[in-house]
Amino acid sequence: MNAPIQEPDPNEFRSKVRRWLEENVPPPSPERLPITPIEVMTFGQRDYLQEWQRKCYKAGLVGTDIPVEYGGYGHKGLQSIANQEMKRAKVPYLINIVGLSMAVPTILRHGTEEQKRKFIPGCLSGEEIWCQGFSEPGAGSDLANQRTMAKKDGDDWILNGHKVWTSLGHFAKWMILLTRTSSEHKYEGLTYFLCPIEGQSGVTVRPLVKITGETGFNEVLFEDARIPDAYRLDEVGKGWTVAMTTLTAERGASEGAGSGGGAGDILGATAKLVELARNSWSGDTLAADNPVTRDAIVQRSIAAEGLRQSARRARVSSLCDHPMRLPLQQKLAVTEFDQENARLGVQIAGAHSTLYKRDSRAPSEGHWPLAYLNSYGNTIAAGTNEIQRNILGERVLGLPKSK
Amino acid sequence: MSSISKAPQDFGFGEDEVMLRDVAHRFLDARLPTDKLRRLVAERPETVYDGGATAPWDKALWSEIVELGWTGLAIDQEQGGADISLVGIAGIVEEVGRYALPSPLIPTLSASMMLRAAGTEAANRIMTQIASEGTPTGLAITNARGSWEPGDAPLTAVADGDGLILSGSAYFVQDAFKVDVLLVSAKLGNKLLLCGVRTDAKGVHLKQDHIHDLTRDQASVHFDEVRIEPEAIISRDAASVFQATWPRLMVLIAADLCGAAEWLLQTTVEYAKERVQFDRPIGFFQAVKHPLVNAMMKIDEARSLVYHACAELDAGSENAVTAAHMAKSSASDAAAFISDRSIQLHGGIGFTWEHALHIYFKRNMHNQALMGDGVYHRQKLADLVIGPISVI
Repeated sequence: MNAPIQEPDPNEFRSKVRRWLEENVPPPSPERLPITPIEVMTFGQRDYLQEWQRKCYKAGLVGTDIPVEYGGYGHKGLQSIANQEMKRAKVPYLINIVGLSMAVPTILRHGTEEQKRKFIPGCLSGEEIWCQGFSEPGAGSDLANQRTMAKKDGDDWILNGHKVWTSLGHFAKWMILLTRTSSEHKYEGLTYFLCPIEGQSGVTVRPLVKITGETGFNEVLFEDARIPDAYRLDEVGKGWTVAMTTLTAERGASEGAGSGGGAGDILGATAKLVELARNSWSGDTLAADNPVTRDAIVQRSIAAEGLRQSARRARVSSLCDHPMRLPLQQKLAVTEFDQENARLGVQIAGAHSTLYKRDSRAPSEGHWPLAYLNSYGNTIAAGTNEIQRNILGERVLGLPKSK
Repeated sequence: MSSISKAPQDFGFGEDEVMLRDVAHRFLDARLPTDKLRRLVAERPETVYDGGATAPWDKALWSEIVELGWTGLAIDQEQGGADISLVGIAGIVEEVGRYALPSPLIPTLSASMMLRAAGTEAANRIMTQIASEGTPTGLAITNARGSWEPGDAPLTAVADGDGLILSGSAYFVQDAFKVDVLLVSAKLGNKLLLCGVRTDAKGVHLKQDHIHDLTRDQASVHFDEVRIEPEAIISRDAASVFQATWPRLMVLIAADLCGAAEWLLQTTVEYAKERVQFDRPIGFFQAVKHPLVNAMMKIDEARSLVYHACAELDAGSENAVTAAHMAKSSASDAAAFISDRSIQLHGGIGFTWEHALHIYFKRNMHNQALMGDGVYHRQKLADLVIGPISVI
């Protein structure tokens, strides 16, 4: 399938995508890939994944619903089908996740025509990788507590500050950047930029090491970095509003511009635990025969079916009391589901759970302890799950605001 | 778990189902507001708990329910019923749970489902009665151990000409003092039987259990050589009838639990918005806010699984039994969680007889145990999901 997909019929589109994915199974990655795209570390992994995204884009599986003038395919409501099929085919994820799920929806909503034409195409093809500059040492859950300063200097802005937890920063051409342009108002003193990173003078990207021992995210230092006013997104002082668009998109309320395969095989997660339990020992009995372990696995499988059925129910408005009640649970529910699964995997593996990635006797090449350690990245990132509980309590249940 | 499912994407919850549920909601909201429920079942603790009186219920309200056609929901149109999908019935039963309705409705719906699965002439006769006259009907299917296994019939039968003689005792019979007819399960040799017996028949003795739930009654029912005429024998080989009906009985209770759990959640959320301590509504504090969000998420999981199980049962999917076990496990645990948090977060007032919380707390405790709690259903699921234990 070399020509972009034109047919707007959803069923036809689905079978075309399915066929393309069957006919274009990517070769195995030359290097082991991390569980999620935000942990991609090496240039070898990057090159492999960039090539895969380029192919998917060419085939019309990325940017499906994005207007043609911004490099997309101009369809309506087909991106979610492409996403579902990529997930189903268990193909690799798309590396430019920050670009596709955060930058593109934000630029579409707040960007000028010129900005849309300049930034979106390279993001869809994966040629230009994006990273996110929101978190700072002093601005985590209290995101508006930004200290990175942007000072106007003629037609330019001078940036000074320190961003942390910057996934993909070491590959990134661009950053979606939240800065402070006024100290007088906490929220109205923020301004949003599309900031060049690679080769930009005054910008230093340094790797940070996670509890897994791996790098995969970074800190980014801005020391008198100078960028043109043309890279400002929306008005000065509107940064908080723009950032909310980004976060809403990130937390899964929209389909974005493509998500690819990879993690998120909810029912498969239980099957993996069953498989592990059939091959692990609990004293002198198989873990799969231990009643406590059996109960724990079944609890995970109920949770998995619950997530799947809630995703279905979210589309049946007559069975939802509040339109945001299920969508806003998504990030919280999925990240804690993954964490509980990994925790249980470690428990089932027993003595073998001590073996890490490079030990030849480690079950699934050390997947379980690695997944468990890594799971905290997701329960903390994108608004900690405690913040998610505040949002749900306030926006859905109507409880008083905690701030 | 295969994903083979013939169930529709919207769980089969169409316009008719929405309308039925909304009618049920408005009806119960008007006829059984919380104040009235409290006056009806919980005015004087000494009457229900010490005086030995049978749990009160509103018979006039029941007549209106029969008028609305709820007793015929699970009965085919040939027998005068409305033949509503299970998912539609679950929507109504959620409302029944939300208003903690004391009535023989759930037993009657359960009995209808059992009769429909049997489909015999004897079954059809009873269904016609239930649909047209609203005859309250219940189930006597549980033995002294309180076993929820369909094969553990509480009674024994011996042949007596064309008919049978029933002996023994059935336990944990729900709303026995409200129903006129009981469907009883008995063993004749290695066969399971299902018969219909009037509660006022000769040799049938009801002994009331002393239970904590204020919204129902429960009894042990003794059968002292009760003669069953051949036309009252519903099935002489009822194993497959029980197999088909059991998952439906589970999801009915699960739907009731979901409705009651949602009432507890909303009631506690309202209280957390109004109750001021340390100069703030207590819902401001995350120690209050976060458990309520956790409760909401557990309830939402349970509701999704209940609709899923109903849709699978309606479609006759091979996944249906697994789905029903999941629904009852999830609903039991979700209801237990919000029951616990609702009393605790209300503080002192929640611990008093004066507040309605305890009515729901006890109804939920009762329903958690009924047809098996979370642990019971997860043990069943383990065999389906993991496979049977290999070494004993």
